[in-house]
Amino acid sequence: MAEQSGGPAGASFKRQSQAREIWRRFKKSKGALFGLVLLIVMLAVIACADFIAPYRLATKQNLAKKLAPPSIEHIFGCDSYGRDIFARVLHGGRTSLSIAVMATITSCLFGSLLGAVAGYFGKKVDSVIMRSLDIFMSVPDLLFTMAVVVALGANFINLLIALTLAYFTNYVRLVRSQVLNLSEQEYVEAAKAGGAGSVRIIASHIIPNAMGVIIVNTTLNVSKIILYESTLSFLGLGMPPPAPEWGLMLMEARAFLRTSPHLLFFPAAAIVLSACSVNLIGDGLRDALDPHLKS
Amino acid sequence: MPYRENLGDVLLNVEDLRVIYKTDLETVAAVNGVSFTIKRGKTLGLVGETGAGKTTTALSIMRLLPSTTGRILGGKAEFNGRDIMKFDDLMLRAIRGNSIAMVFQDPMTSLNPVMTVGDQIAETIETHNEKISKNEVKKRVGDILTLVGIMPQRMSEYPHQFSGGMKQRVVIAIALACEPELLIADEPTTALDVTIQAQVLNVIKELRERLGTSMLMITHDLGIVARICDDVAVMYAGEIIESGPVEDIFSPKAHHPYTAGLFDSVPDLRSDAKRLKPIPGLMPDPTNLPPGCVFAPRCSRAMDICAREHPKKTVSGAHSLACHLFGGTGA
Repeated sequence: MAEQSGGPAGASFKRQSQAREIWRRFKKSKGALFGLVLLIVMLAVIACADFIAPYRLATKQNLAKKLAPPSIEHIFGCDSYGRDIFARVLHGGRTSLSIAVMATITSCLFGSLLGAVAGYFGKKVDSVIMRSLDIFMSVPDLLFTMAVVVALGANFINLLIALTLAYFTNYVRLVRSQVLNLSEQEYVEAAKAGGAGSVRIIASHIIPNAMGVIIVNTTLNVSKIILYESTLSFLGLGMPPPAPEWGLMLMEARAFLRTSPHLLFFPAAAIVLSACSVNLIGDGLRDALDPHLKS
Repeated sequence: MPYRENLGDVLLNVEDLRVIYKTDLETVAAVNGVSFTIKRGKTLGLVGETGAGKTTTALSIMRLLPSTTGRILGGKAEFNGRDIMKFDDLMLRAIRGNSIAMVFQDPMTSLNPVMTVGDQIAETIETHNEKISKNEVKKRVGDILTLVGIMPQRMSEYPHQFSGGMKQRVVIAIALACEPELLIADEPTTALDVTIQAQVLNVIKELRERLGTSMLMITHDLGIVARICDDVAVMYAGEIIESGPVEDIFSPKAHHPYTAGLFDSVPDLRSDAKRLKPIPGLMPDPTNLPPGCVFAPRCSRAMDICAREHPKKTVSGAHSLACHLFGGTGA
């Protein structure tokens, strides 16, 4: 019977590690590779911000250099208080990106878990989770986040909580619909017939199959959350003002849009580039993680 | 092999199993009082056309009916003397995959596309052996793959890298991973082409002999029944209308008109008939079954009594059938 097993007899099958296999497929997409390089460069620069432009530059006011255009000394120019925009963009990136990434991860984990539980167990569990979610969603996101920030106070952790609460609802609905579909699949029935319990079925059969959709949604959300956080800053509910933050910078630049567009350009470019790179990586990852497309 | 009664003890005894599917709109009587036994090491073939309730019977034994619609109204399914219908979730999980395993119809959809073949086999082993080491699992996965004729080196590949026949062999490997006492094969070759069918059937036959597994083979292919099974039960509209050892069913003696019709629908190389004789009509609507014999509306030998009274089982030796034609004579 061994000769029926497909593949020429004696051929050695090279075992490839899963990570290497995914990387091999990820590399094929030029866009994804570009996004990854861009993101790594940005993260590296932001991580080394203290060496390139110390934090005090980002907050030191120098009214003599108010609205100064880009020059050798201040490569991105200065804002309306004469603060160095380059330093502010770098240090703002720390806050903006870390909040965006962390809020995405927490909302994704929390939302996916709830969605999976709701979709898999159905019936009463589903009703309880989805109806509570309806209550959550009946309050407008922005109002809800504002309420949380006002109630808890504006700082990093509370912003994280507020953004998580605003975004996890998407994941619950997304993952639930995926699970409803996936749990009807025959391989889930087969796993049940093999004696697998609910936890195992959710963790090893349902979530991995829903991963593609979750990853794409997550990467899209990173950029959305960057913008959302800017909105909060704009309303004075983000990080407290002297701290540099991309959204806050955009808001301040608004008043000088006609005379000094560079105030707006650099933080906006930072948001666009970071959002773009994350999206490109997400697309590449989706293709790389899907074993159907293996080639 | 001649049929020998009372050889070994009874592994599975299903008695008067009744299952319905209930939705808001209608109630489908899927299985109506089905009884059969499977003896240790023996194979029972459950034959019948689409919608006869074969799969429902199998799923009921595993207690895997869709929880929203499927309901087991009554009956027993004694496995090793214990009634599965009375098991709680934990007990069910302990026997599923371990003592009773199932091979599903379509290997294309019954394997998880994002898990390697090896991991899927390992899953069953790990579920039922908590204190087993990773290396031990890997060794057993390799062994079981070899058993079904797949090189163990391929355990780290994904289902889409396998052909249809190989996938079905993987599904069989998963089912046999814990060496179950009973294997339920739900039309295991329906989705495969004829040459691969033969391959898979050989694997099943060989493994059954090597491991001594009992089997419930669900099929609508009488050829498979002749090759694989020891006993046969013919199912129609949720009832077993005729059952007995395979020799009795295939011998040209008294048969239920439905069984006779089934055989007439099979092409025979030796006869010079120009056309096959299909059974006229369709299976009765399971939401509204006839009060008498369920086959009466299609039966060419139907009598007055058939439409009124449900036929009782007539037993002769190991062969039993439910038809008014034979009731009176006691044949």
